[in-house]
Amino acid sequence: MILDGKCPTGPIEKTWDKHRFEMKLVNPANKRKYKILVVGTGLAGASAAASLGELGYNVEAFCYQDSPRRAHSIAAQGGINAAKNYPNDSDSIYRLFYDTVKGGDFRSREADVWRLAQVSNNIIDQCVAQGVPFARDYAGYLDNRSFGGAQVSRTFFARGQTGQQLLLGAYSALSRQVKAGTVTMFPRTEMLDLVIVDGEAKGITVRDLVTGEIRCHVGDAVLLCTGGYVNVFYLSTNAMGCSVTAIWKAYKKGAFFANPCYTQIHPTCIPQAGDYQSKLTLMSESLRNDGRIWVPKNKGDKRSPDAIPEEERDYYLERKYPSFGNLAPRDIASRAAKEQCDDGRGVGPGGRGVYLDFRDSIARLGEETIRERYGNLFEMYERITDENGYKVPMRIYPAPHYVMGGLWVDYNLMSNVPGLFVLGEANFSVHGANRLGASALMQGLADGYFIIPYTVAHYLAQSNPGKVTSDHAECKKSIEEVKNSTKKLLSINGRRTVTEFMRELGTLMWDKVGMARSKEGLTETIMKIPEIREEFWKNLRVTGNGAEINQQLENAGRTADFLEFAELLCRDALHRNESCGGHFRVEYQYEDGEARRDDKNFCYSAAWEFRGVDSEPELHKEQLEFKEVHLAVRSYK
Amino acid sequence: MSQHDEHKTMTLKLIVWRQSGPGEPGRFETLTARNITDHHSFLEMLDVVNEDLIREGKEPIVFDHDCREGICGVCSQVINGLAHGGQERTTVCQLHMRKFKDGDTIYIEPWRARAFPILKDLMVDRGALDTIIQAGGYISTHTGGAPDANAIPVPKPDAEYSMDAAECIGCGACVAACPNGAAMLFAGAKVSQMAALPQGKVEAKERVLAMIKTMQECGFGNCTNHYECQAACPKDIHVKFIARLNREYLKALIG
Repeated sequence: MILDGKCPTGPIEKTWDKHRFEMKLVNPANKRKYKILVVGTGLAGASAAASLGELGYNVEAFCYQDSPRRAHSIAAQGGINAAKNYPNDSDSIYRLFYDTVKGGDFRSREADVWRLAQVSNNIIDQCVAQGVPFARDYAGYLDNRSFGGAQVSRTFFARGQTGQQLLLGAYSALSRQVKAGTVTMFPRTEMLDLVIVDGEAKGITVRDLVTGEIRCHVGDAVLLCTGGYVNVFYLSTNAMGCSVTAIWKAYKKGAFFANPCYTQIHPTCIPQAGDYQSKLTLMSESLRNDGRIWVPKNKGDKRSPDAIPEEERDYYLERKYPSFGNLAPRDIASRAAKEQCDDGRGVGPGGRGVYLDFRDSIARLGEETIRERYGNLFEMYERITDENGYKVPMRIYPAPHYVMGGLWVDYNLMSNVPGLFVLGEANFSVHGANRLGASALMQGLADGYFIIPYTVAHYLAQSNPGKVTSDHAECKKSIEEVKNSTKKLLSINGRRTVTEFMRELGTLMWDKVGMARSKEGLTETIMKIPEIREEFWKNLRVTGNGAEINQQLENAGRTADFLEFAELLCRDALHRNESCGGHFRVEYQYEDGEARRDDKNFCYSAAWEFRGVDSEPELHKEQLEFKEVHLAVRSYK
Repeated sequence: MSQHDEHKTMTLKLIVWRQSGPGEPGRFETLTARNITDHHSFLEMLDVVNEDLIREGKEPIVFDHDCREGICGVCSQVINGLAHGGQERTTVCQLHMRKFKDGDTIYIEPWRARAFPILKDLMVDRGALDTIIQAGGYISTHTGGAPDANAIPVPKPDAEYSMDAAECIGCGACVAACPNGAAMLFAGAKVSQMAALPQGKVEAKERVLAMIKTMQECGFGNCTNHYECQAACPKDIHVKFIARLNREYLKALIG
């Protein structure tokens, strides 16, 4: 099937305005008759639920955390982009659009990216109105900083906690709607199935994580705002509870999964310390504004960093990418770090690390200025590593961080299943094969505040409210299925814990499908995953029962889904015979090690259709057209 | 650097609060943590203990955790009598085992407060904090129609003060540390964040009245100036925000 993203045509700068006018509306008095289910309360979910509640829809919102305020958007440190051009450095909507298309290595839809750039400015206005305390200058105006992949300063920030402040803004708007009665909040509730009635998404089956009750909620539309799946690598910067489960259940019910192989490895994370480690910690990319990245020129140089003279240091990013230097985009910076370490010049335990050195900027600006800019990050670094970043260079190494792939959606953010909308990191829409820094927060809030309120109305206006009730046969069937799989997980009574399986899968994925992929490694992994899966269903041990708080059971369900999903990720990576953005195939590179994209054969989004757990999925393609930004080799030299 | 200490491990005696459900009687259970290094975080130490328990067919310790980088605010344990374990500006998940030594005995308990019923073991229900925010912890702006972000300048000191308050992660350590089980630091931080900004001044009066009323209805106590809350706060939220809360409340009552 050739997929159609249903993008509006005509001059790109008019596409969104034209489309907004052409979409149908729901009369204000009729809105309350429609119920919308919002799954996930991060930036995308909280902003969507709040905005839809304000409009008068009847909203039910769900999150697995104990409060919507804890979604993992909260951990984003650096900032949020917008094309305000406040610093007068020649930024514009067009430039943000251009940078994002190029940054995504020409694997995203132009119209979607344009819209994102266009509404970016509204987001900043909205957040300021909500009381988000962005950084300001002494005149009281908003401050900006620069971020990877851009040559202008367009990033708004709230110290090193921008994601937290934006999420708390959306959470406060959501809380206001809970009070107003338009939104009903269901915390500690996890979606375990999608209910489809007559081909349309009409409900979800959930497990109450406190009582263990499994029940169905029905509505007129379902919004999945459930984040990304990068925990498939086990160790990542995501929260422990982040999983592929919600979108994987939707995929198994017919929603197409697009570009699962586009995963982002963040260059500035604290290196792994031991095999008991449960997660990796990100150090904001903003550190690259003032920190210089280097490794010793000589292999296996074990001297302490201050004993290595200037001429024996290789500031490899500055050397290889003089115009972007330490601010080269994430995929490029991560791969460059891996190259250095593979080459035996890495530092720290196991040689898996590079230096991020503030010596020169401390000499230039003083320690106080650096402390003011990044104090909380230095503190966090010291808590984890017991090292003082002001005195000795930090050690960093890339870590799985974000995913560009997700469920396929059209321009209206609706999947191929009518009534199923997908927002934020859970969809595949705007970042192409690589996301630029400070763009994830922008996308989450764009989708929730300024896109879904219009596009969901267009869908709802064409249907009658309340068609399905929770006693529908499909709901009962779904509840039965979920109950059965929960029972099955509890009854295996084997010898291995969930964590052991997740660690085994993650290690395999990181080794073979992480920063560099090969045909050989992918083929081998596709053979191995079903073996782990089989072992999982034979030898898993989950204690306790299903009618109580059971964190092992929750993890077991998520791991079972990762064990299926990982295979799809590998298949997508194997089929894409090119290197682009976060997807690097060792067979496809230029002599200097740069990624070799193949626009002739792969200028499309790959959307996969489920055909059974042990069957190969079916590939559908959506061709990408570049009318504004011309296809070119992405160079940051 | 402690990379040379890789081989040194600790064995610790844990005395952990176990409770099967809300309202059920709880008890302390003694467990042993083995093969713990300096680099284990406190929660990774508990992971190790839990893996051992599962292998023995016993129920692992239930505890809240998610981001494990000190920002989501869900982790919540009283360690040796101190909320979050007593290291300055540190959540449980960021506490590392290098702060303990081989052979130590460690008491681990849940947040204890009237407004936070225990759900299981170390996990509590902090829904009351959400209820306080729902009462008025926001600026009543609708999506869309906001003026340009630079239309209203905010003096830098006010923006910084607001941000100091906004850093609260809603973990509830302030409540757990307070002898009165008060949520004054939590509520004060939100009231102050908003009251300091021109956008938030408009509703300042209604906000503080509604939030304080709800705070009392939820079963939280009042402040009697012990300052335990600030000492326990992993984000170092200052007690001056409680003073601000009282000031805003008085202004609202008489104004």
